[in-house]
Amino acid sequence: MPFSKDKKPLQAPPTEEKTVRTEGLFFKCDNCRQIIWKKELESNLNVCPKCDFHFKIGARHRLELLFDEGQYQEFDPNLTSTDPLNFFDRKSYRQRLEETQKAVGTKDALICARGKLGGREMIICAMEYSFIGGSMGAVMGEKITRAIEAALAEKRPLVIVSASGGARMMEGAFSLMQMAKISAALARLDEAGIPYISILTDPTTGGVTASFAMLGDLNVAEPGALIGFAGPRVIEQTIRQKLPKGFQRAEFLLEHGMIDAIVPRKELREYLINAFKFCLS
Amino acid sequence: MTDDPSRLPPGSDPDTVDLEDVKKQVHELRKRMGSRLTPWERVRLSRHELRPYTLDYVERLFTHFSEIHGDRRFGDDPAIVAGMALFHGEPVAVVGQQKGRNMKERLLRNYGMAQPEGYRKALRIMKFAEKFQRPVITLIDTPGAYPGIGAEERGQAEAIAYNLREMARLRVPIVCVVLGEGGSGGALGIGVGDRILMLENSVYSVISPESCSAILWKDQEHAEEAARALKLTPDYLYEFGLIDEVLPETGDGAHTDHATAAKTVDEALQRHLAEVSRLDPEERSRLRYEKFRRMGAVAEAAAKESLA
Ligand SMILES: [Zn+2]
Repeated sequence: MPFSKDKKPLQAPPTEEKTVRTEGLFFKCDNCRQIIWKKELESNLNVCPKCDFHFKIGARHRLELLFDEGQYQEFDPNLTSTDPLNFFDRKSYRQRLEETQKAVGTKDALICARGKLGGREMIICAMEYSFIGGSMGAVMGEKITRAIEAALAEKRPLVIVSASGGARMMEGAFSLMQMAKISAALARLDEAGIPYISILTDPTTGGVTASFAMLGDLNVAEPGALIGFAGPRVIEQTIRQKLPKGFQRAEFLLEHGMIDAIVPRKELREYLINAFKFCLS
Repeated sequence: MTDDPSRLPPGSDPDTVDLEDVKKQVHELRKRMGSRLTPWERVRLSRHELRPYTLDYVERLFTHFSEIHGDRRFGDDPAIVAGMALFHGEPVAVVGQQKGRNMKERLLRNYGMAQPEGYRKALRIMKFAEKFQRPVITLIDTPGAYPGIGAEERGQAEAIAYNLREMARLRVPIVCVVLGEGGSGGALGIGVGDRILMLENSVYSVISPESCSAILWKDQEHAEEAARALKLTPDYLYEFGLIDEVLPETGDGAHTDHATAAKTVDEALQRHLAEVSRLDPEERSRLRYEKFRRMGAVAEAAAKESLA
């Protein structure tokens, strides 16, 4: 049955957004248009085995991939937004939060965990893009700040894996101020000589990029990740012209000297192990 | 006001009333008086083309202002002005976004939307001030950091991020005043300090009401509603503990009387600078950290409740 569907003339995806379309056991890669076994994609860390396109992965999956034997202890899982603005657009933020919490299975868009990487104790925070676009409100700000303070107190290195559209509108200036709060905590970590590596994955934009995601001792990106301050649509509307191909992709940032390295997902663990060997005895 | 016991919080003794309570009462009163303006009207006023801009304040508040140009890396961004000046006879560094009043000026100043080199220049001047133990005053008035190809190529995000971290640990006093538009990360990029003050008809927001409407309502028609939902006016931000003081404007707003607005800012700057200058650098640095550390702590309390 899936084949009959796939024989339809191929349509270009509506936006540049790449998604995995699962139809039973198969999926069609929106990047290379090839049809691949879903199992094969999963065993390849959600990277297309034909074209190497890096699809998004959830926070828990990410932590499993990075920590030794996929073992970690989550901390601060229960922090949740108080909806400080009592925000309402077409529906209430409170309702949006409840629905998202139910659908995603986390209280907000970030998971913080302790565990070992290459035998070394560390703290890794990973974002959950499916939770309101990985947006940063007071909960993410507080959790990252606590993670930094824990790294400082326990003298453990810190890794933050970003996947976020930026600050969360529904928490207004509270969201904005998280940028300053986290950056201030990172100043302390920096002074204490504790390494922090920022991993920028698709997409990392707005207030997340304009704060901690660009403040790593090393800032490394996954191939093809969209990384920027302003979103491509905002820029297009402002300058009223089409953006060049590949604009704001990881390769573009590397070329412009804005990131330190592009590391494929399957090499990320090894990269971090080596980098921390450089930073620490 | 303090001699009327009915105005005091229950259980407080009129003789021991503390300044914070009085400040809160004044704030409440002002809020009620100012509430005749809707948030959207405040947004419009914050952008009023006759509103005093950074250089209008520089002219009135300082003497011997001497501009310092360039980031020594790429260029000089006219959207941010920076320099040395005397404030009541004392040397200070001044940094602020500058808008233009006519088309020519607007284009030159890029509507007050800075490029990465603007943020890098700003920090360079702040570090210069730090080296010689001079306080820093920042004047915020921007729709946001410029969203353009060149800005992205040269690291707009990195420039802002770096400023946030470095301002957090700058060892000299920093007082920030939002004069008009406090546009998101572009405002915050020069907005980390010991004190954050806002003029009554200024706004400070994570996103413009127009963009918020476009994203959440999928059209441009709901900017007014978005302005209300975002709670971007100084009265709310003071209540939330995100800013330290709301500076009142007279008449119909600062655009009708630049001299009085300047006088208000002058008085507030003197007072806050004096307070934070008295602290030793270690203490000031600790307090600045704690100030931002507390922001958004509301989420923490609720989490504790939900755990119980
Ligand atoms: Zn593919």
